[in-house]
Amino acid sequence: MNVIPPATVTRAGLSPDTIRRSAVAVALLIVLAIGTARSPDFLAVENVMNVLRQNAVLALIALGMTVVIIGGGIDLSVGSVLALTSVVAVKLVAVSIPLALIVPVALGAVIGLGNGLIVARLKIAPFIATLATLLALRGLTIAAFGEETVPLTDGRAAFMAFGRATVAGIPVQVPIVIVAALAVAFVLGFTRFGRAVHAVGGNEHSARLLGLRVDRVKVMIYVISGALAGGAGALFAARIGAGITNYGLGLELDAITAVALGGTLLTGGVGGVGGTLLGVLLIGFLFNLFNLDATLDPFLQKVVRGLLLTLVVVLQGVVARKRT
Amino acid sequence: MGRRHGLLVVLALIILLNVLFTPNFATLRNAEITLIQVVFVVLVGTGMTLVIALGGIDLSVGAVMGLASVITFQLLPYGPVVVIGAGLLTGLAVGLSNGILIASFGVQPLLVTLGSLIWVRGLAQVLSGGRKEYFQDPAMAFIGLGRVFGIPVQVLVAAVVALLVAMLVARTVFGRWLVAIGGNPNAARLAGLPFMATTVTAYALCGMLAGLAGVFITARVGSSDPTNFGVLIELDAIAAAVVGGTALAGGRANVLGTVIGALMLQLVTAAMIMNNVSFHYALIVKAVIILWAVRMQQAERS
Repeated sequence: MNVIPPATVTRAGLSPDTIRRSAVAVALLIVLAIGTARSPDFLAVENVMNVLRQNAVLALIALGMTVVIIGGGIDLSVGSVLALTSVVAVKLVAVSIPLALIVPVALGAVIGLGNGLIVARLKIAPFIATLATLLALRGLTIAAFGEETVPLTDGRAAFMAFGRATVAGIPVQVPIVIVAALAVAFVLGFTRFGRAVHAVGGNEHSARLLGLRVDRVKVMIYVISGALAGGAGALFAARIGAGITNYGLGLELDAITAVALGGTLLTGGVGGVGGTLLGVLLIGFLFNLFNLDATLDPFLQKVVRGLLLTLVVVLQGVVARKRT
Repeated sequence: MGRRHGLLVVLALIILLNVLFTPNFATLRNAEITLIQVVFVVLVGTGMTLVIALGGIDLSVGAVMGLASVITFQLLPYGPVVVIGAGLLTGLAVGLSNGILIASFGVQPLLVTLGSLIWVRGLAQVLSGGRKEYFQDPAMAFIGLGRVFGIPVQVLVAAVVALLVAMLVARTVFGRWLVAIGGNPNAARLAGLPFMATTVTAYALCGMLAGLAGVFITARVGSSDPTNFGVLIELDAIAAAVVGGTALAGGRANVLGTVIGALMLQLVTAAMIMNNVSFHYALIVKAVIILWAVRMQQAERS
């Protein structure tokens, strides 16, 4: 699923991408081993299914973030999109459940379109553009719906039945994430648009000289990220049975960490979906381990979260330095 | 220079509109309140100006305020000198960590300081158990609410800090390095400018000013707060700097512009609140102002 520039193959014949992805897989195995040693319940079916169900939201958002980061951008607004769309989903359940699942995705795509246009047309740095959207959407959501949890009312049972459903014993969120991941992987790996995303993220100037429609690529990556964040909002509402206007703070951090753990270069141009999903699983199981018997209090978990991102970013910096 | 005059015109316009339309706006008391409220953004924004001029960004400033606040409370018995020193050191430590990681590994400032934002805030909560602590302390009351020659102490300090940093940028070799490295890092490196030292110093100063802001807000409110102090202040600081004419792409620093930018934003927010517009809509307006200011810079460059 990766476009690997030929020059990046090391002496041992392994590409740095392979090394990075094996590193995250090894880290995941270590976390699973520690968890199993600490508690027999850690790898019990119920706990594993729980982790998968809970982290579907992060997985969808991280998939979108993967596309944006490969394309050389960043999307900080995903948490705000999630909060807004979770409330919108809840409000629409009374009308129709399919609508409550589709409209958030569409709304997320429209917000992404806004981000993309600000970045591509107004030529504003992605982090400032999406920071502004983060702020404006959060303000809008709380101004419109109050600083609170908006519970499901009509149709609550049916919507939550969907959120807690299983397919062959597996939470319904898992096949949804897999389908989304396959779709994103296909688009990135096997379409002209996917190649353009890599090219724009790798070297925007060259991409422009090659005659690629750089602006359109930039807009589309934010549309994809927004749509996936919107879908995550709907899934979140279905799982917990409410929309929460101040939820999702710091979610962009976890998503970026997952993407970086998965070996996607934060500088753009190189990366893949498989690694991101492994990164999400690593984060999911790691914090599940911390919560096991309340091993680590939530404040300390926050410290670990921040340091984890810092560590991954620095490691990538070291690897990138060695390569040049 | 034309740009700074343009800014002053906009500021005058905002004040005029407020005088005309906001009830009770044109009073001495209100002018003073505006100055008092803008202190934190001026302190943090001044440091942010250095970092932005370098082509960087520091998202961790609000979290540093929270951490400095907690440390302020815990060191209260040792007196105000220790408290202020510890607040500055707290900011210095985080700033050094940010600056060294950014300069020596060549990693994006956005991501490093996003990480710091989370772990520093987490650390503040760990150290305090997440609790606010109220206190009564005469020295802190003076730092928070005291006056010298009738002028609030914090306003005086913020003004002096802004002037000092403005002189640092305009009159010292550090200021020239800062702008040169921010304008063209590769050329500056090839020319042998001290990239590492300049970067680390800029983030360290930014952190220290955020630490001082943390001590000030704790003294003003009369309580520590690990969770709420400084939340989203990085956005106000970035907005103030950018509105004030510091180039987001680096290479240009305008510290006094940041002060004017902070005043403008404060007046806009205050006007909205005094006219009973919800704080949350003020967030939207702020977002638009940031985008508008950055857009203006883009237009200017091309």
